[in-house]
Amino acid sequence: MKYLDEFRGADDVRRHIDAIARAVTRPVNIMEVCGGQTHAIVRFGIDELLPSAITLLHGPGCPVCVTPTEIIDHAVAIAALPDTIFCSYGDMLRVPGSRRDLFSVKATGGDVRIVYSALDALDLASREPTREVVFFAVGFETTAPAHAMAVIEAERRGVANFSLLVAHVRVPPALETILGDPDRRVHGFLAAGHVCAIMGTEEYDALVAEHHVPMIVTGFEPLDLVQGILMCVRQLESGRATVENQYARVVRASGNLAARAVLREVFETVDRRWRGLGTIPKSGFALRERFAAFNAERKFPIKLAIVDDPPECLSGEVLTGHRRPNDCPSFGTRCTPDKPLGATMVSSEGACAAYYRYRRREAFELA
Amino acid sequence: MIEPLTCGVPHVPNHVELAHGGGGRKMRHLLESVILPAFDNRLTEAKHDSVVLPIGNERIAYTTDGYVISPMFFPGGDIGKLAIFGTVNDLAAAGAIPKWLSVSFILEEGLPLSELERVVRSMKDAACVARVDIVTGDTKVVDRGKGDGLYVTTSGLGMVPAGVDVRPARVRAGDAVLVTGDIGRHGVAVLSVRKGLAFESPVESDCAPLADMVQALVGGGIDVHCARDATRGGLAAVLLEIASTARVEITVEEDAIPVDPSVAAACELLGLDVLHVANEGRMAVFVSESDASTALDILRGLAVSRNAALIGRVAPDGRAGAVSLRTRFGPERAIDLPAGEPLPRIC
Repeated sequence: MKYLDEFRGADDVRRHIDAIARAVTRPVNIMEVCGGQTHAIVRFGIDELLPSAITLLHGPGCPVCVTPTEIIDHAVAIAALPDTIFCSYGDMLRVPGSRRDLFSVKATGGDVRIVYSALDALDLASREPTREVVFFAVGFETTAPAHAMAVIEAERRGVANFSLLVAHVRVPPALETILGDPDRRVHGFLAAGHVCAIMGTEEYDALVAEHHVPMIVTGFEPLDLVQGILMCVRQLESGRATVENQYARVVRASGNLAARAVLREVFETVDRRWRGLGTIPKSGFALRERFAAFNAERKFPIKLAIVDDPPECLSGEVLTGHRRPNDCPSFGTRCTPDKPLGATMVSSEGACAAYYRYRRREAFELA
Repeated sequence: MIEPLTCGVPHVPNHVELAHGGGGRKMRHLLESVILPAFDNRLTEAKHDSVVLPIGNERIAYTTDGYVISPMFFPGGDIGKLAIFGTVNDLAAAGAIPKWLSVSFILEEGLPLSELERVVRSMKDAACVARVDIVTGDTKVVDRGKGDGLYVTTSGLGMVPAGVDVRPARVRAGDAVLVTGDIGRHGVAVLSVRKGLAFESPVESDCAPLADMVQALVGGGIDVHCARDATRGGLAAVLLEIASTARVEITVEEDAIPVDPSVAAACELLGLDVLHVANEGRMAVFVSESDASTALDILRGLAVSRNAALIGRVAPDGRAGAVSLRTRFGPERAIDLPAGEPLPRIC
């Protein structure tokens, strides 16, 4: 894969680090929005290369992390039903609900299957007409268009035993929440490149204008990240605040028009609870009434008990940039990926999980 | 109406989950909390792929392994070949010359005989290549739906040559860490044909017998301190186990670890860390610093290990049980065990 080598060259990265060091004159806090970016930063040690004036804050862009416990509980309850096949991306199987996770449902007899695409789940529903097939539709604007397509396709083919349990979240309202915080620490954002590949950059113009904050649409490779940071530092140093596109090889200002049209057709914007952040207005997608027949929430109604994260868990403060993962007293002790207390330790792309995986300094002992 | 779930107790499974078999933290916990306490004795303390038993003046290496891979046939191999080479390699990791194998089949009702024949033929060919004799065995059949086509268990016996002592506890500060080839091929090859996940990939499993390779090192005058095939949990799990058993810290260089570009691309696509991906024909080998370049020359002279590389060192004053990786940009990071089965991520 040619892109891997081109965007991981050590010399190019060092040249950008040097340029950042020359450009920055005061302390700045930059938030990378997407969990994939956080993961790459910690994995490659990008933050350790940066001058001490720059602090990277890890944003809320991990959809697995922010899926609220009650939706996991709903998934667990559906997956345990007889004559039901519950399909999910692999990441979600480990996420604990209030009592158990999907892996545990699978181990005790539930038919839980890992799929790589919603269309695979739809094909499964066609092959198994006597059973209900439910797909766990999780993710940001990145995965939502493919899930919308699966619904349109299910309607076209008349597959009545297929439905979606929708937990989709949108990025801009979360950034608005962070920006609206009177104590906010974030001076600039690296916006999530893949989300912008779908939605374009127009959604950010109003945010940038209102809050006067640099917004750099950034990719996921080491060179992308240091370029994005350099662009952000240059804006901050010159007092500018605009939407800039570092990830131009993928992102157009208008996004992917076909994908956006499918999103509009199938989903409507709703208020959604985020694990660690609480309810954010208009921050979720839900199926439109016209597609109610494919809505698993309707097909399998459940009285949802709202479940809060344990008070000991500081994931809300991590997701909003007020704390870093290893500032938490429970980090790596009472909270680990095997027994997570909350959102950011749950998924491999959560900030706490990334720190746990790559930054723990204590020894392992077998005996 | 489904009853709501309101209990706030954290999830502690009281049953076996798939992740318990993934070679990661959960599996280690299962072994330490349930299995080892029941069987612990002086010989299992070595925590090695094979146990070395003194019998008269000889030392015999003994090992056993179950094979449950799905699908049965994958690019570069099949469950039969894997069952022979895997057990041969566990013997090789103790410095033994593999001699005799037992084979036990569990067959599921309905398995096409043509598939069984294909597996058995493959085992015969593999045994021939590895120069081992299959000398005893067993066959059982279970009801349809109670097995995944077929499972194989092989046990093996090998002779440890005089003077050879290959085990994790012999790893010392200052040792060189070698890997005998590029990593991640087996796991990627299997995932590429797994149901529901199929993707186009030119990658074939690295499945191969490694006993001759270890004996070539021994014959070349190398004092092999430790060798272990990097199967479940990948190179990361093997290094962590050895660091833990030998109570040393291991440091490796990211850029020195050989990875084929197709494997790197597939791991990127699936969101897997190649260090966690299984191999079936690669070993991590520990030798003295002074033996490192000779060992590397010997390995590179053999087809099975022609891409061998020096990837790191055992740190002089490290934290016992830790493995750290220096990234290509300079900073160090910790290497961790995978949590369970490697899963494709969603974005």
